[in-house]
Amino acid sequence: MTPITPLGRTLAALSHEEADRVPVFLGLTMHGAVLSGESIERYYADPKLVADCQLRMRDRYGHDNLMGFLHAAAEVEVWGGQVRYFEDGPPNAGQPIIQDPLEILNLEPGRYQDSRSLCDTLELLQLLKAAAGDEVPILAAVVSPFSLPVMQMGFGPYLDLLADSPPLFRRLMEKNEEYCVSWANAQLAAGATAIVYFDPVSSPTVIPPAQYRETGFRVALRTLPRIAGPTVTHFASGRTLAIADEVARTGTAGIGVSVDDDLGALKERCAGKLCLVGNLNGVAMRTWNSGQAEEEVARVINAAGEGGGLILSDNHGEIPVQVPEEVLHAVVSAAKELGRYPLAPLPADA
Amino acid sequence: MQDFTVQRRDFQAALLAVDRVGAEEVYRACRKSASPLQVADLVLVPALEEIGLAWERGDAALSEVYMASRICEELIDAVRWPTQDRDLDHPPVALVVFEDYHLLGKKILHAVLRSAGFQVLDYGRADLDEVVGRVREDEVQVLLLSTLMLRSALRVQDLTRTLRERKVQVRIQVGGAPFRFDPSLWRQVGADAVGRNGPDALRWLLEGSGRLACR
Repeated sequence: MTPITPLGRTLAALSHEEADRVPVFLGLTMHGAVLSGESIERYYADPKLVADCQLRMRDRYGHDNLMGFLHAAAEVEVWGGQVRYFEDGPPNAGQPIIQDPLEILNLEPGRYQDSRSLCDTLELLQLLKAAAGDEVPILAAVVSPFSLPVMQMGFGPYLDLLADSPPLFRRLMEKNEEYCVSWANAQLAAGATAIVYFDPVSSPTVIPPAQYRETGFRVALRTLPRIAGPTVTHFASGRTLAIADEVARTGTAGIGVSVDDDLGALKERCAGKLCLVGNLNGVAMRTWNSGQAEEEVARVINAAGEGGGLILSDNHGEIPVQVPEEVLHAVVSAAKELGRYPLAPLPADA
Repeated sequence: MQDFTVQRRDFQAALLAVDRVGAEEVYRACRKSASPLQVADLVLVPALEEIGLAWERGDAALSEVYMASRICEELIDAVRWPTQDRDLDHPPVALVVFEDYHLLGKKILHAVLRSAGFQVLDYGRADLDEVVGRVREDEVQVLLLSTLMLRSALRVQDLTRTLRERKVQVRIQVGGAPFRFDPSLWRQVGADAVGRNGPDALRWLLEGSGRLACR
């Protein structure tokens, strides 16, 4: 019998079915720079090196995904913004390109072709697809049209815009939606298996659910059907339970869930509708030992593994570069042991 | 002392509804029978604290914390808080976004502190050498430090070590996402306290360790 591939295992989870075990995704990005011995900035400028390191890291840890993603800040290049690089953390967006909300009226629509980093990302996806074929899911990402303004104009000014200037907000969304759809579809054409739709501003951690229903939800309803492939919506550590029903209605296949969420309640709410992706605490992971990693993996699988519909992962979508490789090994090893279907029954006192 | 329970509740409701006019009406009504400092301590600060706690519980959103703090700050600016009471009573307090570019947390904290009558030195975004130099120059005794990125939070350890080596006496409270997701991180980096949200940081100034420095 042919062993199931990581992609087959993942598709089963997304279909709320039990394959051989719970799939485990590692959001490894900057660890590739460490592996290569290059600085993070030089590493990200070399898609061939990134592809090589992605494949080597998968060989090393045995997880079920490849990351066809460089960094979120790359998307500001499209709009004329700059990226700041660091030696020990993810790049950040530089000075906001929108200094005055009225500038939204004259903002040129973003074109991914204008960003070197995004073109590099397309090359990365092509390389990964050529190497992995249809065996391993290759994840690509977009920052949602609704969350992109945090980088375009700054967090505070964006919250002010949401509160004070609905017409300008709508104009910005029109431009961002067009860009987001074109960027997502370009990545799918280049070889991405699925698009992770990062939408942290929509989380109830950031805006009230009622406001989400009038804003981020409507944006997702317009945007996601135009993306020509599967999507998973991710809230980058933000809470999700209060909006899970609406997220399911956007047509997305999965939801990135926070360590702040009640995983059992989410499992119940999302059963048959959304595959849960999470919710290991990436920040705390830095100081875990193997035993703690195993305990945390057990917690997630026990709460949400039954019946499929779970991809074990960190809760932010990217694991901090400070997380040691022993922990990465321990997470994958525990997932392969404890996540085997059918799951072992819980102890009576659990 | 008058009981402001009802006014505090009404004020909090106005903040959550982003009702600037309603919030100002409650504030002005309170001021008829109490000093600015009393209204701050009995109405503004408790309302902001309750909203901050609600955010911690998942019952409020960051945007609500932000808008509430912004309304309070606008209100204080509008009614021209007299530079008396607390202003003259506390040693220099500074705020900084440390080796990070995410300014929202500091903005909220600045507004909360201003609403409570504190005058604070706003260092904006600064790196280690700049923070050390300015803390020493301004004789700051309480430094409230905000980060969003884990790398910035970990750099606080270098800051606290440098301050110790240079014998700069300052109490440091840290805040931001890395410290929420790893509750032990503030100790690891040598801070004196952690603020889980803006109003929480204010409470530290008003009580506990903050009081030692401010009274």
